[in-house]
Amino acid sequence: MNLLNYLINGLSLGSVYAIIAIGYTMVYGIAKMLNFAHGDVIMIGAYVSFFMLVNFGLGFIPSLLIAVVICTVLGIVIERLAYKPLRQADSLSVLITAIGVSYLLQNSAQLMWGSATKMYPINIISGSVSLFGGKLSIPYLTIVTILVCIVVTFALQWFVNNTRTGSAMRACSEDKDAARLMGINVDTTISITFAIGSCFAAVAAVLLCSAYPAVSPTLGSMPGIKAFTAAVFGGIGSIPGAFIGGLLLGIIEIFSRAYISTQLSDAIVFSVLIIVLLFKPTGILGKKVSEKV
Amino acid sequence: MSRVLTCKNLGIDFGGLTAVNNLNMEIDENEIIGLIGPNGAGKTTVFNLLTKVYVPSRGNILFYDRDVTGDSTIQMSKSGIARTFQNIRLFDRLSVIDNIVIGMHNKLSYSMLDGIFKTPKYRKQEKEAYAKAEDLLEIFDLKADKDVLASSLPYGKQRKLEILRALATEPKLLLLDEPAAGMNPQETEELMNTIRLIRDRFHIAILLIEHDMNLVMNICERIYVLNYGMLLAKGTPDEIRNDPKVISAYLGD
Amino acid sequence: MNKVKEFIQYLFSPRKRSCTVSFLLTVVLYLVMSVLIANGSVSSLIKGLLIPLCSYIVAALALNLTVGILGDLSLGQAGFMSVGAFTGAVVSAVLQQHLDSNLLILIISILAGTVMAALFGVLVGVPVLKLEGDYLAIVTLAFGQIVKTLISNFYVGIDSTGLKMSFIEDRTHLEAGGKMIINGPSGLSGNTRMSTFAVGFVLILITLVVIYHLLESRYGRAILATRDNKVVALTVGINTSKYKLITFVISAALTGAAGVLYAMNFSSITPAKFDFNLSIFILIYVVLGGLGNMTGTIVSTIVLMLLPELLRELNDYRMIIYALILIAIMLITNNRSLRSLYERLFLRKEKRNVESTDL
Repeated sequence: MNLLNYLINGLSLGSVYAIIAIGYTMVYGIAKMLNFAHGDVIMIGAYVSFFMLVNFGLGFIPSLLIAVVICTVLGIVIERLAYKPLRQADSLSVLITAIGVSYLLQNSAQLMWGSATKMYPINIISGSVSLFGGKLSIPYLTIVTILVCIVVTFALQWFVNNTRTGSAMRACSEDKDAARLMGINVDTTISITFAIGSCFAAVAAVLLCSAYPAVSPTLGSMPGIKAFTAAVFGGIGSIPGAFIGGLLLGIIEIFSRAYISTQLSDAIVFSVLIIVLLFKPTGILGKKVSEKV
Repeated sequence: MSRVLTCKNLGIDFGGLTAVNNLNMEIDENEIIGLIGPNGAGKTTVFNLLTKVYVPSRGNILFYDRDVTGDSTIQMSKSGIARTFQNIRLFDRLSVIDNIVIGMHNKLSYSMLDGIFKTPKYRKQEKEAYAKAEDLLEIFDLKADKDVLASSLPYGKQRKLEILRALATEPKLLLLDEPAAGMNPQETEELMNTIRLIRDRFHIAILLIEHDMNLVMNICERIYVLNYGMLLAKGTPDEIRNDPKVISAYLGD
Repeated sequence: MNKVKEFIQYLFSPRKRSCTVSFLLTVVLYLVMSVLIANGSVSSLIKGLLIPLCSYIVAALALNLTVGILGDLSLGQAGFMSVGAFTGAVVSAVLQQHLDSNLLILIISILAGTVMAALFGVLVGVPVLKLEGDYLAIVTLAFGQIVKTLISNFYVGIDSTGLKMSFIEDRTHLEAGGKMIINGPSGLSGNTRMSTFAVGFVLILITLVVIYHLLESRYGRAILATRDNKVVALTVGINTSKYKLITFVISAALTGAAGVLYAMNFSSITPAKFDFNLSIFILIYVVLGGLGNMTGTIVSTIVLMLLPELLRELNDYRMIIYALILIAIMLITNNRSLRSLYERLFLRKEKRNVESTDL
């Protein structure tokens, strides 16, 4: 029964990673950049929903929606102001800019809201389902998290494969110049991608804080790095890859905490990543690229 | 005269597509051989097979009667096969002379510590290498440009520099991929003379891909014609010129 | 007299210029600082920054070898610093029981840290060889995280019976009078501070010699060729994997030395000090200084390290301003019209000349 319990916990944590990883992977697929500020958008989402829940006394759904709106706008603004002027720049300049944006968000949050950790209200989704005569109890929050992740992934996958905007996104990720020649508005498409990624970040923020209720300016860093790892794990640029990568990472983390060592879990997670990349150098679902002479 | 290169039934598939099939080719010392054929016939693929940028799906490659089919790109270079590229591939961020010295990489034997401590061994070998590189630069009259970045050379000079870099590896077989591309008739004429000069001075075999028929017919002793990845004809320039199969392949049926 | 003139001309020849400038800059800065310190006109705040500054310069120069010269992004610089730092601390604690000269102990500790970091460089370098681009970056990032976690769970102590180590929990069971060297998450404590500004200065000089001399040898050319075009490098017989690994290991080794210098400047230091943020800071120094430009790396490290200190009066706003400056520099340097203006104004004559190592 313990095993099943850990598996469900792993899936729950992994679902949060997967939702964040999808944001990373979409932005990478289209803008070819590692958006290091993504984790900090999560942090902003966490603070916004915190204030909505605690200071304004709003319910779970309205708080989530407001966080989603603010993060989406924030994502578009960051892209327009900081990344768009660097479309032609080398990838390192873009990376450093993203790091600058990350510092900016973290330190602004610290200035506005202080560096002290705030306790997120944990009783938003309370209660649990009992199975096997009470031997296994699954909190509703866990079920909601896993369901949200599945719904979001499939909806996005459908969107990318079946809508005009989706095909514009796929075209941009293959070849931006060719896409532009075909009449696709590349700038708009990239903005939409950032918007979707940031919207997911807000959802992830609320789910993450409901499970780990400590809100601080550096809240987004570690989940950000882990989710980025998950995206690479699954094959960066691939949405199903981010989904699988996120879930696997969550499961590995919970299992190594349970069966090996709590302190070493991070080392184990990252070691598994390195080992996987040794055998699948472009991740689990990554595309193989070869150089033409 | 000994045999430099033998290809036996050489072939490669990309997925379901057969790019080169059943290629038999022999090259002797001191020969200048042409490899011609319509666009997409698989000429550059042959070069990629000979330098192991691609791994052959079938057949064998013999170099001085030694089977080198399983060797790597690096081993092919060390054995003595050097090449140029159809779309020039110089080391853009190195100077002209460094592009040549890099070709001598495996001829230099000093260790990393020799380099860091600049030992006499390092100084002697480097001095010799740069002197040799300057000699090579004179072949194409590029000495005045030796310290500029390779990428800032005009197109024609870049082609020439690429040939020199290949020569710096001291090859026994030199593969030239469209050396005259983008050159005017006068430059092509000069290039022809230089290719002969290279052969005579270094006693090497040269295999060249070229679309300029004037050049090919003029300097090649023998010619191989590829079409759809298969050998269509081989022979002396005169034989090729009068071969009805070759004429129809070039003119279309 | 002519010989001197010739030598000076050689020093400022296009091929040698950037090397000469780096050296001159380092020496002049060192002399100026030494005089100022002797005068007593340097605040204790700045004095305290000097050794960490030297350490960061060495780490940034080493990273520039990987990122700027080889062209591979590495996000695990802090990991190598950490390996060097804690190895050096253990070695120095052991040596203190046998040797009296602090300088000698420090030198041996730095060598030990260098060797250990080089070994870890091989360990990370081997998987790195199979990967390209961002996948490689993530492996180095993962390495940094692994090192941080492992050292946070590492316990080393010393007593009259010798070194005692344990993992995950403290089972060293030291005798009375024994001393913990590495104490898990709290790291070093009671470390004897041995680093001096002079040693830091010499370490920078050694780093510059290693990097510049490497670049002027067949090894450096092979590294540059590997970065420019791997397939072409292979066809001229260069074993690109070997040179990638060599670059990676040298970079790791120098970074390890920087780590020892850093650690031996503090009496206590936690493994968490060498985190992802530190790797990022060092990367920023390299990118802002200019890829492959060693002089630029030195200048940018000094400016960017002192910047937060100069902004200290602005208190809460300083990191925000730092972030804004970072973004602004990136946007300005990548602005096309500004860039072409700059090139027209300053680069007209030099454009065709090779600035040998500023590649």
